[in-house]
Amino acid sequence: MVSTSVPFAEDVFTWPSDKPQLIGCRCADCQAVFFPMQPSCGQCGSMAIERFLLPTTGTIWAWTTQGFLPKAPYAGGETPETFKPFGVGVIDLEGVVRIESRLTESDPEKLKFGGKVELAIVPFRTDGDTEIVSFAFKPV
Amino acid sequence: MHDVVVLGVGLHPFGRFAGKSAIDMGADAIRLALADAGITWQDVQFAFGGSFEVDNPDAVLGRVGRTGIPFMDVYNGCATAATALEMTADGIRSGKYEIGVAVGMDKHDSGAFTSDPVHYGAPSWYGAAGLFLTTKFFGMKMNRYMHDHGISHQTLARVAAKNYANGVLNPNAFRRKAMSEEQILESPMLNYPLRHYMFCTPDEGAAAVVLCRADVARKYTSDPIFLRATALRTRLAGAYEVHSSSALIEDQPAPTVFASRAAYETAGIGPEDVDVVQLQDTDSGAEIIHMAENGFCKDGEQEQMLADGDTKIGGRIPVNTDGGLIANGEPIGASGLRQIHELVLQLRGRAGERQIPGTPKVGYSQLYGAPGTAGVSIISR
Repeated sequence: MVSTSVPFAEDVFTWPSDKPQLIGCRCADCQAVFFPMQPSCGQCGSMAIERFLLPTTGTIWAWTTQGFLPKAPYAGGETPETFKPFGVGVIDLEGVVRIESRLTESDPEKLKFGGKVELAIVPFRTDGDTEIVSFAFKPV
Repeated sequence: MHDVVVLGVGLHPFGRFAGKSAIDMGADAIRLALADAGITWQDVQFAFGGSFEVDNPDAVLGRVGRTGIPFMDVYNGCATAATALEMTADGIRSGKYEIGVAVGMDKHDSGAFTSDPVHYGAPSWYGAAGLFLTTKFFGMKMNRYMHDHGISHQTLARVAAKNYANGVLNPNAFRRKAMSEEQILESPMLNYPLRHYMFCTPDEGAAAVVLCRADVARKYTSDPIFLRATALRTRLAGAYEVHSSSALIEDQPAPTVFASRAAYETAGIGPEDVDVVQLQDTDSGAEIIHMAENGFCKDGEQEQMLADGDTKIGGRIPVNTDGGLIANGEPIGASGLRQIHELVLQLRGRAGERQIPGTPKVGYSQLYGAPGTAGVSIISR
């Protein structure tokens, strides 16, 4: 019986929340947006970085599948026997920023360039009776 | 600025060599390059050594002679060898030295590279989530490229089959078995659209080159091959590159495009002048994309070029005549110096069974890798 759910890392998405959002950042000087938070701007180097919550919907800019079990530091908890391929995408979040994310869909027949997706908080692994949750994008 | 000549090249075979250290492979490569150049280690005034796995490639001095020369260790991702080459060339161009060695050596475990994402400026969860994989980036980039430019799965298989076929003709290659397009297309999907036999593998090996100031080189050779240009570039803000957890909305060209333009400009040579090409074929998709990024075709033309065999040995513009990374594997520190080794053999007309026809005069090589670094080198008679 899963009694609690905790995010797989801090400061990646707002949690707990009725409408979770990815936590990115924006440069106050050049307006460039990044994900996740970082201490300075990757475009102009400014330290004037603000926390910035990202849109929860977007479109698939590129996608692939992860067909083999990644080596450490992957922490999904599967074994080579239990591992199932997962989808990965670069998502254009409403023209704000492109981010990399796992997808809830891994079937190449069902993944489309430009397809609409939305953020989902999904089970990642369990640790005892604690459910660890992660983020993914789900075709809509 | 002084002109630079590639006086000698040496290569330790690529593959798996249980019980032999990367340092010992590096020493073998240096000895071969010195013999090829007709000099001794005592003639060498400085060296750069590249490796991913070896902390201090300069330990090779304990095998070839501790002459007290400056020996600089470099690591620059998959562009490590291009970096060692450029640094060595710069030492001669500037007039500081006359003769130097660039050497690369590595000994990797099998399977995709991994590391701590924090060392790449990425958060540690990026690895935990299963996103910290170079292979996934190459799958993503090629999938989009196929969508945008009409490249088929068959063309991906053609590139891999070509490189395996070239490997059969190369006694130093790791993979020396021909592979049919059908076998390649039936192998397991690793990162869509890229299948198992479309990828190179991390392995072991070493390569070395001797560079010499052009006026001094006259003492050693009457038929010099010049290093016309070297260029290194990193990714721009906005570009979607290896290990990018995010990218700006407006996409930017890959760093290879800028390294390539800079190298052509320095050399005063254009893609139409190039006779033989070495490209970073981490996977067959990367070779296809890099054909366009380095100016050898327009986006999408690869489909017809591969169907026509244009990039085979004997084709219009042969690419990866020694089998490339797909047949040789990738010992990171050595990979780009293997490319130079092959180009020099081709320009000398001494590439054996895989020699391209005619009298090639210009060779071109390109490296690309994490976290978005490219290196281009151009040599010519």
